[in-house]
Amino acid sequence: MASHGIKDRVAIIGMGCTRFAEHWDKSLDDLIVDAAEETFASAGLTKDEIDAYWFGTAQSGMSGITLARPLQLQGKPVTRVENYCTTGSEALRAAAYAVASGAYDIAMAVGAEKVKDSGYQGLNAFPIPNDGTARTLTAAAMFSMVAPAYGKKYGVGEDELTEVLARISWKNHQNGARNPRAQFRKEVSTETICASPRVAGRLGVFDCAGVADGAAAAIVVRAEDALKYTDKPIYIKALSFAAGSGAGLIDPEYDYTWFPECATAAQDAYAQAGITDPRNEFAMAEVHDCFTPTELVLMEDLGFAARGTAWKEVLAGTFDRDGALPVNPDGGLKSFGHPVGASGLRMFFEAWLQLRGEATPERQIQTDKKLALTHNLGGYPGEMVSFVSVVGTELG
Amino acid sequence: MTRGIVGIAGYVPYRRLQRAEVAKVFGSGGGKGARSVASHDEDTTTMGVEAARRALRSAPGAAPGALWFATATPAYLDKTNAATLHAALRQPAEVAAFDFGGALRSGPGALRSALDATGSGTTLVVVADLRDGLPTSGDEAAGGDGAAAVLVGDDAPGTPVIAEFLGGASVTDEFLDRWRTPGDRRSRTWEERFGETRYVPLGADAWQSGLKAAGVTAEEVDRVVVTGMHGRAAKALGRKLGVRDGALADDLSTTVGQTGAAHAGLVLASLLEQSAPGEVVAVVSLADGADVLVFRTTGALADWSPTDPVADQVAAGADLPYGKFLTWRGMVTPEPPRRPEPQRVSSSAAWRNEDWKFGFVGSQDRTSGAVHLPPSRVSMQGGAVDDMVPVDRADAEATIATYTIDRLAYSPSPPIVFAVLDFDGGGRFPVELTDVDPDTVDIGDRVRMTFRKLYTSDGIHDYFWKATPVRTATAG
Repeated sequence: MASHGIKDRVAIIGMGCTRFAEHWDKSLDDLIVDAAEETFASAGLTKDEIDAYWFGTAQSGMSGITLARPLQLQGKPVTRVENYCTTGSEALRAAAYAVASGAYDIAMAVGAEKVKDSGYQGLNAFPIPNDGTARTLTAAAMFSMVAPAYGKKYGVGEDELTEVLARISWKNHQNGARNPRAQFRKEVSTETICASPRVAGRLGVFDCAGVADGAAAAIVVRAEDALKYTDKPIYIKALSFAAGSGAGLIDPEYDYTWFPECATAAQDAYAQAGITDPRNEFAMAEVHDCFTPTELVLMEDLGFAARGTAWKEVLAGTFDRDGALPVNPDGGLKSFGHPVGASGLRMFFEAWLQLRGEATPERQIQTDKKLALTHNLGGYPGEMVSFVSVVGTELG
Repeated sequence: MTRGIVGIAGYVPYRRLQRAEVAKVFGSGGGKGARSVASHDEDTTTMGVEAARRALRSAPGAAPGALWFATATPAYLDKTNAATLHAALRQPAEVAAFDFGGALRSGPGALRSALDATGSGTTLVVVADLRDGLPTSGDEAAGGDGAAAVLVGDDAPGTPVIAEFLGGASVTDEFLDRWRTPGDRRSRTWEERFGETRYVPLGADAWQSGLKAAGVTAEEVDRVVVTGMHGRAAKALGRKLGVRDGALADDLSTTVGQTGAAHAGLVLASLLEQSAPGEVVAVVSLADGADVLVFRTTGALADWSPTDPVADQVAAGADLPYGKFLTWRGMVTPEPPRRPEPQRVSSSAAWRNEDWKFGFVGSQDRTSGAVHLPPSRVSMQGGAVDDMVPVDRADAEATIATYTIDRLAYSPSPPIVFAVLDFDGGGRFPVELTDVDPDTVDIGDRVRMTFRKLYTSDGIHDYFWKATPVRTATAG
């Protein structure tokens, strides 16, 4: 029994990503075609040259046909995957494992979500018939319970914590403002952030991820074939996944100051990739900042800061674009937007751009370090799924 | 064989409408005092459950053989509402559950029928009502919401009768004073004077017959309440009863309002809670005739302690703005949250999970002791499978571990206040709070569970449990 990983056996050789936005004028099919065509062009391949497809969407469609129809894929193995907000990452994980297994030479992962056709704010779960006793809170409310618990445990005062969370939002808006594909392209002052209307608990509008439509895609091949398609492949070092049992909701021991599933996934990924000093080995990290307290806690779950210290690191600018470890240089869920099925692949897309030195100059980060991390979670504190990947530009 | 009351309790919802608020908005209507207001998540079924839980707790040895539920505003027609109470009270399948529905008189009628049935075992009679009226109407102001539960039985070791039923009388007459066609929210009434001229002599007849049946004189009556939706008639009859000064007791009209089919039960609970052993207590109810019930409290009353006295519940109430009142009663429709409305409950899923959904019964791993809310077949600790025992948490108090306020989620009355609870005796569950001011909630607060209606979709009421702050009589 072991998690062996597939370090250096699979490479990403092409990627694409639409702008994430309220695309009132684009359908799910439009978004899929836009992301897929950009990805095909990026890899120099046609749709027929791809052997197998994995399509991630949380609730914009069902079955592989949701992808096969708009792309007019003829008789290809196309599988739809869903795993809450980690859906896009799961599509890539499946495609990478399919190539690593030797079953296929070339596989493609596409993630897409059309959320803005519902007529409602925020994200809304697909209703499954039930006994009517399940909680019906918004994600914002569930995650809002993290901030006061963290503050109490580590002695961070209410005002100080507000400043920390506003700083995270401010940073992600700074980054998004410089990113042409981001949903929100405006810098926002911490004063505006703190004064925004409350949504749940102490969380205001600017503590919450943007809700957007969008699509992103990647093509993977065996590592030894990668240079046939690009001279700058991104090698997969680790893909890890952990699903919680949901016990956090009913276990009195759980204190809402960390996400055990994320810590577990990080440990596994670091073992697969041979990471021993996560704080200092990555050029950048894309993490699932669905709400500002989530990003705060993740800095500790991912080993970027010791328990109880992430709030100080946030204030010190450690995770700013020009800090020691840039976190969410593309703007994150906060300002890049969160089309559920696409978000995991969007995180890879930022690693792809930054590690290859292809981000626009005003937002290109230092790439002395050759590794990047992506972290994607789904669910809520207490019942969560978590994904962590490590990718890099060099083998070994 | 002595038959009477072995346990009793009233339920008065937490919210109050100060009647003066009505005229402030409309320029007319309202009046003096306050009326009780059921929360947006309460109906006659949930209020009945709350009253019955209190009554059963006041008579721990009682094992009712039947559950009768009477209301003029049932949550369902066709479907038996008593069955929902039966599930929430975790009564055995053999306990029959029947509804007495529609008429205001069904409340006192059910009570009288149970009291007359000597030798028939213990019957749990639950009465509840929710009184509506158009804005500024007399019914809006005079009405109230509430419930009562009366355990009627034969005197027996372990379940002594605390108030012996001495006798009663009923008279019936067909005349149109108050009526409501099915589907209408409001009642209609004939000219007030006509009803008064009918009710006062009918009540006086029934009173004389009731005293005779009970074998007591009017002077021997220590406490009596005349109740009925016709306030003037009730007051006029009270003056004609011939009882001693001070025997005419508070009918709760200034603090609770007239709770329709529930009111005879509610005032009876209130009377017995204030009585000493050996007193004669009577209730007169005017509805399409008159019903008189006469009791004598027994020595067992001295050892009986009410679970949550009506007077305490009345004192603990908190005011509700008139706008909220109109919203909760469906008289005005404010902008709903921009979220999808909940889907209807699955009937089969609800049935499978009956003990959990209606009884708040989880499971406890026999090896690790871990409590699972909802129940689980596989333990979250140690991995035992199918080795759990049921664990009842409906009556356990809990402490708030953490909480939040959700301003976006769908609710019939936003915002949702939501807390993670750690139960005395073990178990954690995240659940909605109700009857609470969001600004007063804090970590460490003590709460208890209450049976509520979460929402209604496709005509199906979603019943489940919420938590409410533990309040003392002096709170609020």
